[in-house]
Amino acid sequence: MMEENVPMDGNAAMGRLRDLFAVDLSNATVTCETCDREGPLAELLFYGGPVGVVLRCPACDAVNLRFLDTGRALNLDVRGLKRVRVGRTGA
Amino acid sequence: MAVTRGFTGRRRGEGEAQDRVPPGQFVTSDFPVLTAGPTPQTAVADWSLALQHGGKLLGKWSWDAFNALPQTEVTVDIHCVTKWSKLDTRWRGVTFDDLMGAAGIEKPPTKFVMAHCDGGYTTNLPVADLSSGKAMIATHYDGLPIPAAHGGPARLLVPHLYFWKSAKWVRRLSFQDSDRPGFWESLGYHIYGDPWREQRYDGDP
Amino acid sequence: MIEAGRRLEWLNARVIEVRVENFQVKTIVSEASGWTDHAAGQHVDIRLTAPDGYQAQRSYSIANAPGDGQRVGITVQRVDNGEVSPFLLDELRVGDTIELRGPIGGYFTWEPGDGGPLLLLAGGSGVVPLMCMLRARAKAGDLTPVTLLYSSRSDRHIIYREELDRLAAAGDGFTLVHTLTHERPERWIGETGLIDRPMLERHGPDRGANPQSFVCGPTPFVEAIANHLVALGYPGDRIKTERFGPSGDVK
Repeated sequence: MMEENVPMDGNAAMGRLRDLFAVDLSNATVTCETCDREGPLAELLFYGGPVGVVLRCPACDAVNLRFLDTGRALNLDVRGLKRVRVGRTGA
Repeated sequence: MAVTRGFTGRRRGEGEAQDRVPPGQFVTSDFPVLTAGPTPQTAVADWSLALQHGGKLLGKWSWDAFNALPQTEVTVDIHCVTKWSKLDTRWRGVTFDDLMGAAGIEKPPTKFVMAHCDGGYTTNLPVADLSSGKAMIATHYDGLPIPAAHGGPARLLVPHLYFWKSAKWVRRLSFQDSDRPGFWESLGYHIYGDPWREQRYDGDP
Repeated sequence: MIEAGRRLEWLNARVIEVRVENFQVKTIVSEASGWTDHAAGQHVDIRLTAPDGYQAQRSYSIANAPGDGQRVGITVQRVDNGEVSPFLLDELRVGDTIELRGPIGGYFTWEPGDGGPLLLLAGGSGVVPLMCMLRARAKAGDLTPVTLLYSSRSDRHIIYREELDRLAAAGDGFTLVHTLTHERPERWIGETGLIDRPMLERHGPDRGANPQSFVCGPTPFVEAIANHLVALGYPGDRIKTERFGPSGDVK
């Protein structure tokens, strides 16, 4: 069976990110390091599935965020974002 | 951890060639597609494969030139770190040894290689795990050109390591002095990835 | 409503009801000890563990309206040759326990009082979180004008059909429009074909009213619809999207 490589989005990655972050980041405004696109983290395209979380910019496809839970440790790479902004009300 | 009554997952082959299945793996007849990004769609007219060391180009082949190199067919088992294994997969391509021979390289300039791919994926490997018939750059799976979703036009095939090392859409093999980690290795996957020692993650012995 | 500082733990949820929605869809309602309510549009992750320790995880939108105690309902559509949906649809029974965590999500949510008017665009099983919004609205007696434009392959594929008809008959500002993309019954009075710009122009709220749009379904559906909305002049920051990945045939 051939499976399509069709991404989900940041909404679907949020449960896994909650293992590390105390707050839900769906509404966090993130800025792409490569193209400066600014928008909610929920709108980033989610690749990787069971291998790991890879969130990419919907405008330029650059890797914005990577996250992996190895069971032993949680690993986060946000070099692809120049800013993450979380409002105190969650907005 | 609570077992969910009645759940077994999409698998099975209890007793099916168990000595061929590394620890923690299960056999599947599917061929799941797992990626870190959108599928590149590289036309063979635009494709090339390069061997390089630092800034120095050691060899470069167009699609036609690459396919004129000695062809090898293998049937191997493959093992994905997400726990599925697929037995008796058939591939055709050019072995790393034949590629090195075509480039006239008798002695590799370093001990390690980084594979670079369309879409930006990378993975690191010791040269020793590519040579002596252990690896190829494959162009055909099961008798047909590898579809883009599975890494076509060409992918690395290194079946004795977890399949994330068999980099899809490979375009450049770059000799490096140290075993610098690639895309998944730099996030916490194991630097080497031997399925028989269950080296999935950084810190696994 | 965003819960700050709380670790999302896996909860044990006992299945208390299984309801057939159509030939390939069921709603599974569980009671999750420790559940702390949700907002419409949020989802749960569920986790299944095989005897040898193998685990599979999937996300499902929460279907039942908020304020339902510890009850968490998910509506599951069969994915052919899937790993999880055949288990949930064919094997799971009342009395079984599954693990779930949530509620998750703070972007694709709507609560009574958030206002509108609302334009809800559903592709296949993407109707689930939007149905939760409609249920929340009805439960609260909220009168925000809302249009649901719901795309299904055929009338057999429609989920929640009777309940949607009932809600639409209430005359409280909810407009229901179905479109069928692959087959339609004789005497079908709804739309046919993929949602396109003319269909959106026929049924979408007046742009001047500053509507909030929610688009949910397979990724290609969501991206096509979002492009249509932007092309029609709906402001990008009032279009919220949730992509379910490949179309339901493949997983």
